[in-house]
Order: sequence, then structure tokens, then C-alpha cells
Amino acid sequence: MRMGTQFLRGHKPSYLSVALIVFFLVLSGSQPASALPAFARKYGLRCSACHESWPMLNYFGQKFKDNGYQLMNDRDAPIWQNPSYWPVTFRIVPIWHRVSTGKVAVDTASGGTTEQRITSSGFDISGLDFHTGGTLEKNFSFYVLPSSDNTASFHFETVMARLDNLFGSPWLNIKLGKFELDNLLSEKRILTLTGNGGIYQLYHFIPVGDGNIFGQIGDNQLGLELMGHSANDRTRYSASLLSSSDGQPGLIYGANSYSGFFTASQAFDVGKLGVDRIGAYAMIGQAPTRWLTSGTSPLGGSGIGNKSYHREGFVGLFYFGPHVDLQVVTQHGWDNAWFGQGYGDLVDGVVTGNNTPGTTLPVGSRAPTWNGVLVEPHYVYSPQLIFVGRYETIRMSQQATPGTPSNLGNISTYTIGYRYNPFMTSRAGFAWHNEYNWLHQDGTSPSGNNINTSELLLGFDFDF
Amino acid sequence: MRTSLFKSWFLLGAAAVLAIPTVSLAQNTAYQENQWMEMQSHIGKFSGHAAAAKSDYRRYCVGCHGELGDGNGENFPWLDPKPRDFTLGVFKCRSTPTGTLPTDEDLFNTIARGLVTSNMPQWNTFTNQQRADLVAYVKHFSARFQNEKPGEPIQIPPEPEITADRVKAGQEVFNRVQCWKCHGVEGRGNGPSASTLTDDQSRPILAYNFHDETRFKCGTSDQDLYKIFMTGLDGTPMPSWSDNIKPDEAWDLVFYLRSLQPMKSKEKEIARQLGLKPVNPNAPAAQPPATQPPATQPPATPPPAAQPPGSQP
Repeated sequence: MRMGTQFLRGHKPSYLSVALIVFFLVLSGSQPASALPAFARKYGLRCSACHESWPMLNYFGQKFKDNGYQLMNDRDAPIWQNPSYWPVTFRIVPIWHRVSTGKVAVDTASGGTTEQRITSSGFDISGLDFHTGGTLEKNFSFYVLPSSDNTASFHFETVMARLDNLFGSPWLNIKLGKFELDNLLSEKRILTLTGNGGIYQLYHFIPVGDGNIFGQIGDNQLGLELMGHSANDRTRYSASLLSSSDGQPGLIYGANSYSGFFTASQAFDVGKLGVDRIGAYAMIGQAPTRWLTSGTSPLGGSGIGNKSYHREGFVGLFYFGPHVDLQVVTQHGWDNAWFGQGYGDLVDGVVTGNNTPGTTLPVGSRAPTWNGVLVEPHYVYSPQLIFVGRYETIRMSQQATPGTPSNLGNISTYTIGYRYNPFMTSRAGFAWHNEYNWLHQDGTSPSGNNINTSELLLGFDFDF
Repeated sequence: MRTSLFKSWFLLGAAAVLAIPTVSLAQNTAYQENQWMEMQSHIGKFSGHAAAAKSDYRRYCVGCHGELGDGNGENFPWLDPKPRDFTLGVFKCRSTPTGTLPTDEDLFNTIARGLVTSNMPQWNTFTNQQRADLVAYVKHFSARFQNEKPGEPIQIPPEPEITADRVKAGQEVFNRVQCWKCHGVEGRGNGPSASTLTDDQSRPILAYNFHDETRFKCGTSDQDLYKIFMTGLDGTPMPSWSDNIKPDEAWDLVFYLRSLQPMKSKEKEIARQLGLKPVNPNAPAAQPPATQPPATQPPATPPPAAQPPGSQP
């Protein structure tokens, strides 16, 4: 305390502090953010119309998406647009971040290894997304998203076409291609950007040693989706048939392995609180554990020996007036014992375990199971400023191998941050983003210790 | 040096003098704004309050309708039709006679329904309370809502049974009151006057094409269609026909217009069986002299009244 007082007395405001104050004043004093500005440009709606805070959708934005990116005002077809209109948006985030990872294996001078914390900081960039989406004609919509990592190595994150309102009914819409699963709390529209906080751990959790990569509901998947909703979007359902390939093209996995993803939800008008929604989801599928080989190399697409897995849970989107909301997702996961023993994935084209005839599981092998929950509260000060928090925890309830520590792989993570949009138009989006994430995982360091990782990130998230 | 000092004091004084009325005006408008912000709406069991909708208006509406509700949002230049200027207090979709203010319920329904063939979406994702609050907020922009009561909703008689005679009679009404002048002989919105139509802001406006749409500007039901031509679409060239068409004839017209729409309907089937051809304005009149249409110029403009701050005259 005394130190602090001395510090204050002993230091006149420096140029840096004055500059920072001016910087924030300029930010906060700017005129009264956008989302996919391609849509905003098309319809003349500000980003805030569809986004609680870009990129997270609000209820109206969800309905717009469910209608196949249509307002349903008979002006959705491209014929109504200026011919020069081109529905493309790019998004990238220059950042400064500080990453601190504990218990990293490090060589010692004596030739051994030890574990120590590695902390690094510096300026960086995110990957680049090129979003293009909209309507080809009334009730024919599409979305294509070439996306790169931060070395400009591109892949297709989304490629889909959709037939909307079949037979004139909003209850029948069909989507084909690679797309985001119908997660009510969308990871692709997450409000956080750090390495561990920029994803929902629950959507990607794989037990330690487990070989099933196919049940990650946060990854875009290849398949066919049937989706429907009521006119005001209060009631929604979707059912998807997916290749068990975790969205990777080229039929490199199973010969005949498919999964299904199902959601249903109902929203309620709760007066001054807003519109709350509760729903449930399930992903049920099979994926291969055995590959034919040629010269010991696995043959792509030859995967057989399907084993099953499932994930299921509840989702709640609870609004408490215009400023506060709470989003909750639960999950129970179950993998077949074969997956639990590492069979399933081709890591870099190499079989980690091949369930060839005669292979047996280790004695006592069990199906790994776990439970998790994520809670994400938001405080929306205004359409231009949102505060985000998140707590996620995943707890193993049964390990695949008896004797394994019951908490191995358990995760707890906290994220806090805010996004401030200094201007708000229907042409472009810009957010000053500041976030901190802390993640703890039990027993996963090289020597079996717990790992704590943290990251502080500041950046300019923009799209145009 | 002294001259420079004098100049400075002079400029400061001039600035102060100029600032006085500005401050005073600002105080007045702030007072007025606060008063108008007390505007309420009442729809069934819901009472809306303008102040409660400020945030929603800013989030959802301001890009088109503007901070001042004058329809001059940032997207104004790019939109067609242009966003409604709330300060005028003139609304298309009403259950009340032409020239009068709409009821709160009219505005409430318009927000949820949106306006087809415009950029106004269906805001049916809002809660009823949100919509009621927004109705109050929309009203707070116009002095008309301070000084006038809404009109009395028109009476809509029960819908009669659809018959071939009625569909045929409806076509005769269509011809007699010269709907075809704007909407065309086939109802395709391409009548001889169509290219000359403007709204009350002198902006070009399209006549409705019955063959393209399943929905109307102000609803989808037969009652909604009945209301449209008996109340008119204020602010557009579509007048109220309540003085020229009897209620029974209005229903006939509803049935005929339904037969023009693209979806399957009993009226359409009857028209097909009758072999109805488009009206022929040049055919010799089989009826007494045609009723002259009411004024086709833009309908009644609101009485002059104090405008909210910054609004256009």
C-alpha cells in the first residue's frame, strides 16, 4: 500500500500514460460493429441487429440464419441487389499476446529432462477467413469459407448449399456440404480468441489416450442436414447425417461409417427478461478402428471395424433483461472401449492402433465416460461493449484402463474479456478485444503433473 | 498586444452570445425529449414505455430509421422503398380511417409482420413487451401522437361466402373504380399511371403486383386486404375507397383480387372456371356511369405541429 502511494507521489503522468488515456478516450468517444458485413451491406442492417455482439448471434440473427440468410421480405434474391454487390467478407485479427505454459519438458545441461514453465510474449496475427454467403435465388442459399492459419495455409472450413423452405414450409430446409453443426451456442461465433479460450473445450474433449477424433461437435462436419423451425423461430430442430471423418475431405477414414447429430429446442417469451431457450442435443455415431494396409501403410477410406460413441447434453440460453444473459451447455460423453485404448484415428496417415482380426483389448478395458459443463455469462453494456466470462469443467467419470488416475485429463478453464466496438455501421466491423484465459488439466505433463496454462491477449478484431 | 487581447475578448463574447440560444434550445429540446420519452403504448395486457425501448431501437432500428426517427439512417441512400419517417406520424398499415393515427395494435402488428417487398423484416423474434415498448418509442418521435388520438378502427363485416357471382362482381368493382389505372388490367402493377406514382415525399413508388406476392403490405388475411382498400395506405397514392365502395362490394373485390394471386385458392379456381379475362377499360359500360375514384394524390398529410428536435419539416 505504501509502495503504491510512493509510486503515485513519485511519478508525474508520463507521456505513455497520457497517450493511453487519450487512446481510450478516442475509442470511447467515437460515434455511435458489424458482423458479416456482406449481409449488412446487402440488407442495410447494422451488425447489432443480428449479433448480440459480433460474431455471436442474437435471436433475430439466429432466425435470419435459419431462414437461409434471408429476411423473408421478398427482397432476398440477388436479383434485387445492385449487380456489383459481391457477398464477400474477410476477417483477421492482429494481436499482442502473452502465453505461459507450465510443465513443459525441457532438456537439461546434464543430458536429462526437466519440466519448467515457458512464457513468451509478442505481436502476432490470427488466421484469415474469407466468408462468402447468401442467396443464389430466393430459398437457395450458400456459404463458402476458405480459411487459413496464420501462415496462410488454407483449407475449406465451410462449403455448403441449402434449399430453404421446401414446399413453402420453414420446417423443411436441407443443407449439404461441410458445415457447422447446429450448436445453439456456436463455437464459430465465439466471443473469445485465445488459444484455449477461443474454443469450447467441451466441444473437442478427447480423454487422454483415446483415439476417437470423430465426436468433436465443435468441428465443422461433412454431411447432410435437415433443419426446421417455426415462423418466429421459437421452436427449432435439426437432424444431420455425417461422415465420420471429423470434417476432413477425401474419404480418408471409414468405408461406411456415419454419425448423426440431433438438436431440438424451444424458446419462451419471459416478458421483460427476454426470450429464453432450452434445448438438447445428441451426437451418435460409429467410426472405424481397423484399416486395410498395403505395405503396412493404411489404405485411405478402407476403415472398417466400426465402433460406437455418443455425446449428449442440454443447452440453455437464459436472458435476464437487456443486459445480462447466461449460456449453459452440458455434456455426457461415452466412447467404445476400443477408442479408449487408442484405436480410431490415423495420426498423420499412421495407424496408432489397428484392430486387425485377432486383436484383443487389454484385460479390464472399459468405455471411457465423462461429464462436463460450460457456463458463459455476458454483460451487454450496449451493442458496442460486451463483457464475457466463461467457466468450463470436464470431469472423467470412468477411465478406459483400470488403475488410471480417475482425474487424468480433467479440465478446468476460466476466461474473461471484453469487446468494444468503437463504431457501429452496416459496412464494416471492428472490435478492440482484450481477454485472459487460464486452463488447468490434471496429470498431462510428460511426468504426469498437472498443467496450468494462461494467456493474455489484446487485439483488433476486424472484418470488412 | 492590446489589439490582440481585445480581439480575443471580443471573440469570446461573441461566442458566448451565440451560445446562449443554442444552450437554451438544447435545454428545450432535452425537456421536450424527456417529456416525449414518457410516451406509452397499450396493447392488450402489455403496456409499452418509450424509455425502455431506447436500447432496442438503437440496436435494431437506427440504421434505417435514424437516431431522430426521421427515416434518415445511414442506409437511407441505399434503400428502396425508403425507411418510414416516424416524425410525420403517417403510417401505411392501419385499421383506422385515412388521415388518422394508427392504433397501438396496428404498429405492434406491423413490427412483428414486417413490410413485404421492403427492407423492413419481421421482428417477430421480439417479446411482446419489447414490441410494445418499441411502439411507444416510435410514437414518441411524432408530435401527432402528443396532440391527437388514434382513429376509430373501421368495422369489418363478417366475410361472406365465396361465390362465382362475387368473384365476377369483384372484377366489375376493380374496373369501375379504376384499380387498373395503377395495378394494371391483370393486376400486375403495370397500369397506365404506374410509372407516375410517387409517395408523399415525392419519391417513386411501385403499384402492387398481385401475381408476384402471396402476402400484402399490411397482412395476409382477407380481412387485412379488406382493410387496405377501405383505409388506404397513407403516405402512398393508394387512397381509401370507403366512400366509393360499399362493404359488400369490398368483399367482392377481395375475392377477385385473391383470384389474381399465385397461390392455389377457391377464388382462383372459380375465376378459372368462369374463364375470367382481364378487365377491358375500353369496353362499353354496362353499368351506370363509373364512380370516380377518390383523390389519387397522396392522402391527407398530418396537421402542422411541433416536430421533435432535428426533424425535417
